[in-house]
Amino acid sequence: MRGLQRFYLVEVLSGVGLTATHFFRNMGGHIRRSLGQRDASGAVTIQYPEERRPYSPRLRTLHRLVQREDGSPRCVACMMCETVCPARCIYIVAAEHPNPEIEKVPARFDIDVGKCVFCGYCVEACPEDAIRMDTGILEFASYSRRGMVYTKETLLSLRPAGPDGRPQSPIPIPADREP
Amino acid sequence: MSALADLGIAFGRVAFAMLFVVNTAALLGWVERKQSAIMQDRIGANRASILGFRVLGLFHPIADAIKMLTKEDFRPARADRFLFALAPFVSVFFGLVAFASIPFGDTLRAAGREIPLQAVTLNVGLLYVFAMLSLGVYGVMIAGWSSANNFALLGGQRAAALMISAEIAIGASIMGVVMWYGSLNLQDIVRGQGALLFGWIPKWGLVTQPLAFVLFVTAGIAATKRIPFDTPEGESEIIGYFVEYSGMKFGMFLMADLVETTVIAGLTTSLFLGGWQVPYLGAAGFAFPWGATLALPHLLVVLLQVGAFVLKVSAVIFFMMLVRWTLPRFRYDQAMRLGWLGLFPLSILNIALTGLVLLLWGGRA
Repeated sequence: MRGLQRFYLVEVLSGVGLTATHFFRNMGGHIRRSLGQRDASGAVTIQYPEERRPYSPRLRTLHRLVQREDGSPRCVACMMCETVCPARCIYIVAAEHPNPEIEKVPARFDIDVGKCVFCGYCVEACPEDAIRMDTGILEFASYSRRGMVYTKETLLSLRPAGPDGRPQSPIPIPADREP
Repeated sequence: MSALADLGIAFGRVAFAMLFVVNTAALLGWVERKQSAIMQDRIGANRASILGFRVLGLFHPIADAIKMLTKEDFRPARADRFLFALAPFVSVFFGLVAFASIPFGDTLRAAGREIPLQAVTLNVGLLYVFAMLSLGVYGVMIAGWSSANNFALLGGQRAAALMISAEIAIGASIMGVVMWYGSLNLQDIVRGQGALLFGWIPKWGLVTQPLAFVLFVTAGIAATKRIPFDTPEGESEIIGYFVEYSGMKFGMFLMADLVETTVIAGLTTSLFLGGWQVPYLGAAGFAFPWGATLALPHLLVVLLQVGAFVLKVSAVIFFMMLVRWTLPRFRYDQAMRLGWLGLFPLSILNIALTGLVLLLWGGRA
């Protein structure tokens, strides 16, 4: 066996045979696809920005603040999420709510997604179901750390993802994002 | 007027050979990407677009060239200014001129002239090709030395050692072909491969010299300095002889490798795959061994022959790419051992066997 391996030729030919098999099988797939056979495929590639693989409905994506019927945040600034957050990326400033039935309202609610670890603890901790991570938005990026800080207004404006897992609101751009 | 026409014809012959090599080498960058992608269940580079047209990523070689040309051309402070600039040109030049004596077709008869379809008709064409291929390694050695970088120097020396062990095997393995066809002129060798063995097998070098074919292809891949014989480059150990190069000079080294691939493929075609010969196609048309004949006009025959040459070269390049994307790199000592203890003695054996066969069965019939 060792002598055969040192002879190289047999091993080389078997290796070339394997890759050639892949080549011709995939080439056949590509040709059939270009001839209009939609289910034929020569590659496992998903061409990302145009094609996307389906997201799981459980996927944790960019946070959003749930609105009341009048459009104000459902959040009562109880600080549960801020306390439980292992990355300490949530910053809340509480204020009095004009309605005496409701305890408080956040004057500021900032999430630094540059720090966020997407553990979902804030969603679990919230007693009012006021914060969710179901927007389907994953592609947020910035040239600066400050550009990763999302404020209350931005988070309030986001919609949950559609049934296909695609975001229904555009990727928000923080007002102070640097180019 | 006649002199002018002669000049034009000579220019056309050179231009065809030259443009064939240059364009094939440029296209090989695309072929390499796409073929490796398809072998590995991928799609390959397809994003370069002009006005929204992608055309299977065929614009990527153009994008590459633009990128290479607009990049910073950096020269290390202690590098030899002149030799550092000279090396990539030497590397590419000898690869390009090596193709000159490879015939891409039979004689074309037009307007009372006989035009040999070959850039230069040399009766020592084979020796010329090998001389030029061997000189190509000077570019690599100069690059390694003039960069003032130890890794580059190591790469250059490895290239020289690999080249010697490969060239010896190449030279010895083609001796069998030369003995069989009795000529050093590549055009004569190709013509000799048009004959038929037992009346139906085309007498290609592959049939008459199978051992030499295997040895030549192996040593030829080694001579191109590409994986699995890319010890001079060895991007994961010593980055290689072009470690200090950037911009288009680096691009020229890449190009030189692809040009050499084309030349080796052209040589393999000419020596072992019948060159421009189409099986059973003579000067007057097809004459099949079962007696049927099909007369064809002269121009169509010539076109078929040139097409056959291009097709065969493409097939050999496909095979070389297949090997390049299948095998891992030989260790330096393994490559040396394969060259000196494997290929070289076997090619000597091939010479002896060929001599024996020619002696016993007489002549080169």
